[in-house]
Amino acid sequence: MHPTGEVEAVLAEILFYVFATLLVAGALGVITARNPVYSVLFLVFSFISSAAIWLLVEAEFLALVLVLVYVGAVMVLFLFVVMMLDINVAELKQGFTRFAWLGWSTALALIGEITAVIWGHGLGGIDVNRGFVSEPANYSNTMAIGQVLYTKYLYPFELASVVLVVAIVAAIALTLRRRPGVKVQDVSRQVAVRAEDRLRIVKISAEKRS
Amino acid sequence: MHTPITHLLALWGTLPDIIRTVVWILIISIAVILCVAFLTLWERKVIGWMQLRRGPNRVRIFGLLPGFGQPFADVFKLLTKEVIVPSSANKFLFRLAPALALVPALAAWAVIPLSPALVVSKANAGLLYLLALSSMGVYGIILAGWSSNSKYAFLGAMRSAAQMVAYEIAMGFALVGVLMASGSMNLGQIVGHQQGGMLAWNWFWLFPLFVVYLIAGVAETNRAPFDVAEGESEIVAGFHVEYSGIAFALFFLAEYANMILISALTAVFFFGGWLSPFAGYPVIGTTFLADPSFFWLGLKVFVFLFLFLWFRATFPRYRYDQIMRLGWKTLIPVTLVWICVEMLMSVVHIGPWAKPWFH
Repeated sequence: MHPTGEVEAVLAEILFYVFATLLVAGALGVITARNPVYSVLFLVFSFISSAAIWLLVEAEFLALVLVLVYVGAVMVLFLFVVMMLDINVAELKQGFTRFAWLGWSTALALIGEITAVIWGHGLGGIDVNRGFVSEPANYSNTMAIGQVLYTKYLYPFELASVVLVVAIVAAIALTLRRRPGVKVQDVSRQVAVRAEDRLRIVKISAEKRS
Repeated sequence: MHTPITHLLALWGTLPDIIRTVVWILIISIAVILCVAFLTLWERKVIGWMQLRRGPNRVRIFGLLPGFGQPFADVFKLLTKEVIVPSSANKFLFRLAPALALVPALAAWAVIPLSPALVVSKANAGLLYLLALSSMGVYGIILAGWSSNSKYAFLGAMRSAAQMVAYEIAMGFALVGVLMASGSMNLGQIVGHQQGGMLAWNWFWLFPLFVVYLIAGVAETNRAPFDVAEGESEIVAGFHVEYSGIAFALFFLAEYANMILISALTAVFFFGGWLSPFAGYPVIGTTFLADPSFFWLGLKVFVFLFLFLWFRATFPRYRYDQIMRLGWKTLIPVTLVWICVEMLMSVVHIGPWAKPWFH
């Protein structure tokens, strides 16, 4: 049943439960940590744990891209922002419970939606009793994803990238403003400067000693 | 033949895979750390010579060349010094940060092919693994800066975070170009696909990407002229200003291990890794000089390491806004343009795309 052998299968299962526990613990840490910096670090930890779980099912492309994009770039910027904030925790907590009903109902709605989608599609054709079957040795997860991404899902993929570009342009347009009277360097002018513009060499004939 | 060596080799063959892998990991980690030790000495010597000084020349070891014992003297000095934790620092993160800086620099060696046969893991997604790990190295610096609870350390961390994110992108795009030219993310295959003499190596057809990768590599390792995270003339020592003793030494180790790593990666991606420069030429291509071996990789790594030291002795430090401008407005556009050029080259089948594995 398991082509990789019984020992490896048991080991993979143990690793799955270890990383799944770490993932849930990290996710709980994100919402319970008092210090926002710790929250971000817990989120990083959760990303790494879920990347490890993806590695266990041989989805190495997804796992590494998750680490590369989220841990390596997005969360660094999150940390960057959170560390700069001077958050007064007590002030933040005031009226926190007023919105608890909103949080709970959102969470419940999300859980309901996910469950409905999964049951509505009959688990998406996944046979939960079959267990995990590993791919042949020459299987490349990257190639498999590339093949569906650029054929079957080409339009959604390109649309998503267009949405992201629009978001970037919008974000830059919102923050870009020119204040009058601010001294800035014009680099292209600096680079274009020639010696003749700045320096004048004057030949002066020597005077006679009086 | 019953010498102890053949016995050992026979025993080695019977060991289970997991033990052999662990032994290889240990050997490579220790080798990297030893290389770091002598790289620090080499750096001080080279920069000394460039500035018409002698460099370290006092500590001998085993009666060898003068100065040869300097790295060991430094290490023992740092090991015996007290590790001071500032009273208002975040104690846990303060202690965790040096380890977070060092681990990615060592873990990356798992997928680097040292010779045709010698690599710890022949991972298919080796290139992605390297990108993922190199992007994690910044956490050690950011957390060190934040947990120190010091203005200078924090400024260093902020600078470093912005710089890393900017140059990560240029580096990633440069590697996309390598990926296009090699058709594989497995580092062994990337090297294998560059066979056929010096002009078949990737640097020839991907020259702009090679330059971008090298510059981004210097920036990623926080080396001069991109060392604003340390910036000793402005912010004392930047992110590690509060660290002392062996905790400081770990940051030092991470920086130099990263330098060796970037040099090895430049050799692997653009200069044919363990391939010999003499292969594929008449007469000399048939001699032993054309054989691929670890020697060639080592030589290439040495040359790139020398470049790192040379840069440090030559260039003044960039200003922060200049770094951002160079990263976002120069390096990233260069990579994007060259990826488009590569697309054209692959359409008309020249350069690497004329090779059989693209048909």
